[in-house]
Amino acid sequence: MSDLKRTPLYSEHVALGAKLVPFAGYEMPVQYPSGIRAEHLAVRDSAGLFDVSHMGEFLVTGPDALAFVSYATTNDPARLSEGQAQYSVFCHENGGVVDDLIVYRLGDQRFRLVVNAANLAKDWAHLEGLASRFDVQLKDESDEIGLIALQGPRAQEILAPLSSEPLDPIGFYEFAVGTVGGVPGVISRTGYTGEDGFELYVPSDRTSALWRELLAAGAPAGLVPAGLGARDSLRLEMGYALYGNDLDDQTSPIEAGLSWLVKLDKGEFVGREALQRQKDSGVTRRLRGFRLAERGFPRPGYEVVLDGEVVGPVRSGTVSPSLDAGIGTAYLPPEVGFGDEIAIRIRGRELSATVERMPFYPDGSVRK
Amino acid sequence: MSEIPDGLKYTEEHEYVRETDSENEFLVGVTDYAQGELGDVVFVELPAAGDTFGRMDVFGTIEAVKAVSDLFSPLTGEIVAINEALGEDPALVNSDPYGEGWMVRIRATDPSEIDGLLSAADYAEHVDA
Repeated sequence: MSDLKRTPLYSEHVALGAKLVPFAGYEMPVQYPSGIRAEHLAVRDSAGLFDVSHMGEFLVTGPDALAFVSYATTNDPARLSEGQAQYSVFCHENGGVVDDLIVYRLGDQRFRLVVNAANLAKDWAHLEGLASRFDVQLKDESDEIGLIALQGPRAQEILAPLSSEPLDPIGFYEFAVGTVGGVPGVISRTGYTGEDGFELYVPSDRTSALWRELLAAGAPAGLVPAGLGARDSLRLEMGYALYGNDLDDQTSPIEAGLSWLVKLDKGEFVGREALQRQKDSGVTRRLRGFRLAERGFPRPGYEVVLDGEVVGPVRSGTVSPSLDAGIGTAYLPPEVGFGDEIAIRIRGRELSATVERMPFYPDGSVRK
Repeated sequence: MSEIPDGLKYTEEHEYVRETDSENEFLVGVTDYAQGELGDVVFVELPAAGDTFGRMDVFGTIEAVKAVSDLFSPLTGEIVAINEALGEDPALVNSDPYGEGWMVRIRATDPSEIDGLLSAADYAEHVDA
């Protein structure tokens, strides 16, 4: 695994006995010794600590910062005040998704874009191509910033004693700039689990110290380190999209059920014409969630069968630890509705499944 | 390090075979090494009592979060019992692979096949390689 990058927390993972796997060019913990299921349930019941330092961070500054971010993304960053963030996507002109991201408004002319590690180089090239028409500076800060996600119903109680900022005023998709355990950074009430929680952007060289401090402070409340395995099953129970599975260069945000991210009335942006067309005349497929009616593990790539015809692959799939059932996503014809039956072909057998409204797990503690 | 008890026999596919008090009847499960590699076992698909299998036939599957694996019958014979407890609690395969995590009890029709299986030392070498 010599070509793989390591996050600032690599040695913490090794010391904790994590199982490390290659992910998005990084050596990342997929699980710790207690296992994915235990980590998943700990996040639902109490709290989990995730290393997401592999995520990329781009800083956009300059007089045209707002105009540039608005042109490059489908959501409307003009709606953000300083201290607010929004989920968004970059699209190609044809409406396909380059990446999904979070946009932070750090200042009047200052934005942070948080992108997927696997897409970092593609995103950077895409943005550089667009930036020439704007008076902006782009800076890739990915290697300078570590990112820890503290997620779970007890996250705030664990974080509060360490935080320089009062946490209660920070709403969902809002953030404060302050210190945690003496480490300066951005304290953001965001996450990928469906539980309340925070994402902490801190300097790389202080990430390890903060990780240890949080683990120690949270242990009495049941905080455990949690890996990519639990992160995936937690996000899928919520129906949160994963780039590379649910989203890619060929899928549009309209097809993916992310129409709420597409603000056609905000002015010019990349992909607007194609997305307008899709909104006007409809799409030929929609990303839907399904739940297996019988025991099975619907893995990504397995065939989805509708009325005897294969209509595509499972995009995301797992056995939900919270629901104890196989769940997944697939692109289906738009006329297929909630409650309709499909089948998943699992090693030669067709297992019946029901199209279900997401989130599969609606009981999380996430602030709405 | 994973546990590889002496006195059991092993396959290269990571099943173990344990003698029972009944002549020619053996308990079959997967090794500690296998459960460690698979991670959390989500469920185990097992045959029915009375089913018969040839040596190294697939007799079931084991679904873990990371991957699905076929289970291979180490011996030719007939299933006389399956571990019903795994239906309720498949994690027994992780927590106690050589004990409560056993999978099937098989009556061997050719008990001499047992000699063709790996010893604990052979298996240790196999998983180390």
